[in-house]
Parts: sequence; structure tokens; C-alpha cells
Amino acid sequence: MKSTSIRTPIGKVRGLGSAKSGTEHWWEMRLTSIALLPLTLAAIVIVISLIGRNHAAVVQILGSPLVAITMLLWVYTVTLHMRLGLQSVIEDYIHGKAMKTGLLIGNTFLTIVLWLACTYAILKLSFGV
Amino acid sequence: MAERPARVERPLSPHLQIYRLTFTFLMSGFHRVTGIVLYLGFLLVAWWLLSAASGPNAYAWVQWFMSTWIGRLVLLGFSWGLIHHSLGGVRHLIWDTGRGFAPNEREWLARMTLIGSISLTLLAWIIGGFVMGGLR
Repeated sequence: MKSTSIRTPIGKVRGLGSAKSGTEHWWEMRLTSIALLPLTLAAIVIVISLIGRNHAAVVQILGSPLVAITMLLWVYTVTLHMRLGLQSVIEDYIHGKAMKTGLLIGNTFLTIVLWLACTYAILKLSFGV
Repeated sequence: MAERPARVERPLSPHLQIYRLTFTFLMSGFHRVTGIVLYLGFLLVAWWLLSAASGPNAYAWVQWFMSTWIGRLVLLGFSWGLIHHSLGGVRHLIWDTGRGFAPNEREWLARMTLIGSISLTLLAWIIGGFVMGGLR
């Protein structure tokens, strides 16, 4: 398309640059990283200590307030961290526009579904029925 | 609209295959690899929690899987991956403060990530498996 505009080259590209969200991504990655250090350690010990136990014991332990709250926090922070992390991987290696957009959408959907499913499970274990 | 300039063949910057394989390079790549593998591994966490919430019949499948050698190996690998990625994250947080970039410091941090992850994984299994009774 031949442009007949009298706008200068700099005027044409202004506002087309940065998406203005890089800092937020970087900062949220740091926040979740710091939060995940104690939470992951706790989650690992909880999971390993439940390996050999039967269903009733697992329900009782996972549903106890301190364990449930720790797991809820872990599940929330982990899925957010997963979304941000895989987003960077997709943006680094996938360059086709359709493929990239599709994977980014899939990544967001999957991590939200995982967060909701795990949260639902922990709450159900806590409140019974 | 900004006009699109004709495609110009520009020289490419050197990529992976041209660099000498160093330990820090390896640990950097491993951080990303563990991140991707842990992403997939979290599906198992979701399966575990949903099965526990569904009842004894569904949970019996998880118990069967966790009692097999493959299940135990997956769990061991998953916990090691989590700890290794966590320590790799600590390394990044140190770098974020502007420290730890000297050649000997980088080398030391990379070594500590691997040594630390292996020892902490063993410690977690000793505490969770034996002291807290998961493997009894």
C-alpha cells in the first residue's frame, strides 16, 4: 500500500512498540518464585508423607486447616508461575503467529482449569460431602 | 500504516551449536527443561487431588500407581525437579540483586544448585518417607 501520508517515520511507529506489560510479567515471576520457596518445600513433604497412607487418612490430613491452606496457596501460586513460565518458553521458540497465539491461549486456559480443579478438590476434602 | 520494508538477508547471530558446552550453560538449560517437565508433572498433582476428593475407589488407582516402581521413580524425579528448579530460581533471585556474576561465583552457584538439589531431595524423602511415615 502506497502511503500518501505526510506523517514522519517516527510518528508512524510511535505507540506500536512495547506492549507495556514486560515489567509486570518479570515482577510477577519474582513474586511467585519467592512465595514458592517455602510453599513447595511444604508441599513436597506433605505429598511424600501421604504416599503409603489409605484414603481415609489422606482425606483427614489434606482436609485439616493448616495443610489445606498451604496446599491452596501452593496450587494458586504454582499455576500462576506455570502460566508465566511457559508463556516465556512459547514466546522464545514458537514464531508462527497462529501457532503462538493458539498455544498462549491454551496455556492460559489449561493453567486456570488446573488451578480451579485443584482448589475445588482441596475445598471438597476440607468441607466434606 | 507503517510500510513493510522488503525482506533483507541479514547475517544470523551464533546459536547453540557454536558455543562450548560449559557447566553453567548446562545448568541454565536444565532450569528451563525442569520447568517444562514440572508443568507436565503438575497434571499428576491435579489427578492425585481430584482422586482423593472423588473417593476411595478413585484413590485406589493413585495408590496402585504410587506403589509401583515407575510411580515411585516418577515421584522421586518430580520432587528432585521441583527442588532443582527452586534452587535455580534462588540463583536467579541472587543475580537479580546484581551479585554473583564473577566467573568463579557463577561456577560455584551452578555447582551448588546441583549438589543442593540432590541432597535436599534425599533429605525430603528421609523426612517425609521415614520420619513422617509416608513409606512405612
